[in-house]
Amino acid sequence: MTKQKHILSILVDNQPGVLSRIAGLFSGRGYNIESLSVAETIDPLVSRVTMVTMADKPIVEQIMKQLHKLINVIKVYELTGSSYVQREMALIKVQAKPEYRAEILRIVDIFRCKVVDVGREHYTLEVTGDEGKMDAILNLLKPIGIKEIAKTGIIALFREPK
Amino acid sequence: MKLTGAQILMKMLKEEGVDTIFGFPGGVVIDIYDELAKTDIRHILVRHEQGAIHAADGYARASGKVGVCLVTSGPGATNTVTGIASAYMDSIPVVIFTGQVPTQLIGNDAFQEVDIVGITRPCTKHNYLVKHTEDLARIVKEAFMIAASGRPGPVLIDLPKDVSTTKIIYKAPKKVELKSYKPTYSPNIKQLQRAIKLIKTAKKPIIFAGGGVVLSRGSKELTELAHKTQIPVTCSLMGLGVFPGTDPLWLGMIGMHGTYRANMCSGDCDLMIAVGVRFDDRVTGKTDTFAPNAKIVHIDIDPTSIRKNIPVAVPVVGDCKVTLGLLNKLLDKEDLGDLKKKRKSWLHQIAKWKSTTPLAYKQKDIIKPQYVVEKLYELTKGDAIITTEVGQNQMWAAQYYHFNKPNHFITSGGLGVMGFGLPAAIGAQIACPKKLVVDIAGDGSIQMNIQEMATAKQYGLPVKIVILNNQYLGMVRQWQELFYGKRYCSTGMEHAPDFVKLAEAYGAVGLRATKPEEVEPVLIKGLSSPKTVIMDFAVEREECVYPMVPAGAPITEMLLV
Repeated sequence: MTKQKHILSILVDNQPGVLSRIAGLFSGRGYNIESLSVAETIDPLVSRVTMVTMADKPIVEQIMKQLHKLINVIKVYELTGSSYVQREMALIKVQAKPEYRAEILRIVDIFRCKVVDVGREHYTLEVTGDEGKMDAILNLLKPIGIKEIAKTGIIALFREPK
Repeated sequence: MKLTGAQILMKMLKEEGVDTIFGFPGGVVIDIYDELAKTDIRHILVRHEQGAIHAADGYARASGKVGVCLVTSGPGATNTVTGIASAYMDSIPVVIFTGQVPTQLIGNDAFQEVDIVGITRPCTKHNYLVKHTEDLARIVKEAFMIAASGRPGPVLIDLPKDVSTTKIIYKAPKKVELKSYKPTYSPNIKQLQRAIKLIKTAKKPIIFAGGGVVLSRGSKELTELAHKTQIPVTCSLMGLGVFPGTDPLWLGMIGMHGTYRANMCSGDCDLMIAVGVRFDDRVTGKTDTFAPNAKIVHIDIDPTSIRKNIPVAVPVVGDCKVTLGLLNKLLDKEDLGDLKKKRKSWLHQIAKWKSTTPLAYKQKDIIKPQYVVEKLYELTKGDAIITTEVGQNQMWAAQYYHFNKPNHFITSGGLGVMGFGLPAAIGAQIACPKKLVVDIAGDGSIQMNIQEMATAKQYGLPVKIVILNNQYLGMVRQWQELFYGKRYCSTGMEHAPDFVKLAEAYGAVGLRATKPEEVEPVLIKGLSSPKTVIMDFAVEREECVYPMVPAGAPITEMLLV
């Protein structure tokens, strides 16, 4: 069976130690975490964990059951395979020598991102998008020189029926 | 009403019906002990915290109630970890209270501080650090509910010293309800109907039952199902006793040291009704070749057990007792045909396997360990509560003591903890004061918690310890003999204490048998004593447990005597 990327959306009690239970479950059972993002929801007692994991079908089924078994996990959804929106944000610190500045700004324009910090030798860009967009902009910026990068990991929600 | 945390704890324990606590005091739990002394809850002072948790485990298994254990912070807490992990693997309901340094010191590397909640996260069903006395009552209620419901398991509550001493206005907690925790007890009827279809058409069916049936108290329903459908039954180690070991449909245990016929059945059967099992590797051997011809119906309350190791045709999430009861009811409405005729060739095949390759040994000049267990079975008429250590002693106990009732075989099945048997026997004896409780031990493993002899003596517990003394760590030696060219590295146990003298030193009775003809008199004398007794049997040193399936091999490929 082939491994595939699966996006899981997990509602959990907003309590200390809950993330550690989830992370511990993954490390203890040898599951993989590609990315992870956690924050409080509109209900302050509940947090949403969005997690991307690489696994084959039976393993994802097992992961979801194991997650659900944790007392602090309220709901587990798999987004992959249904209709959903996903976003990821990255801050990219790119080398900005004078001869490249115009080129960088053109890329910023095309990808509809923002310059959030400027220095003598760098720009810091804020990019939001799905994975495809992230890969594309990184490919373009790499030859210019990326100094540092920070990514949020994927967050995602189901689309509502139209 | 203003109460301290310790007083609230006692109130809650009483409300939960706790009558016995196994524990060991220490600095940060003195306040709790001070209050405990004012109640009528019985405290059993063990000699090592590992003894406390195993005793609570044994108590829970023998009584069907939640076992309770109380220890101090730091080493007190870490000493319980092995026992917690064992209770977790075997799904035993235990609540563990650990002391903790005062909340303002947490994280400061204070004296006897350890992050026990962090340490036990992967081996508890759930755990809590109580930060405010106001939360204590609710947490205790939740803990007992979680421990005993669904698939049971250990729950740990970490109690900082100031939480025990702070006085607050006590408010009774409301009924506990966790929005995220709702175990499924009633099965999906559609799945049961699919199972019935398979039962009706199967030519070579077997039932495979495990610890889940013990825990759900579903033995009666299981036996009814087997008799109604004339399907033979095998059990995992944890399931022994849920089906009478003397029943004609009994196949014996399945797995690495299972009977020939049970293992052959798994290879040949076309339907396996698996109830309350989790298809442990010691049962399945090589998973790809396990029950290759069978459609598997898997009934379990824990959805994660289903399809974890083995593909399943009909998954049924539900409590074993409830599900089996319902299945029986549905089957009553069905025409199952002439079962005698239908099962004839299958049962005939099984009888053939049984007669050609039974469990066997030959008693000659030196005592055979199997002989000791068989004699013990005869003398106790199969009615004793048997606890075991881990290794050969455990397997011979499982093979040669034919359990007829559930809750009579208490063993560390999943984790395989040496040193489990004696403290578990203490717990079982306290739960069932009138029962005969026997720990079948090896000379290696008995030494791992031998200090609990003092506990048995202190409380006058007439626990009987049968040591199958081969002066080896026998199971590892067996592997070394079979798979490591007889290189017996570090498995010799010649330097052991004289167990008879040791028993006497603890104020117990010590008896020894060195010849086969002494076995029965020693057992009779030991079992009839009102005291704690160690019976030391000098057995054949290099006896092996057979059948044996080498690790990772198909379970139909057994090494035989």
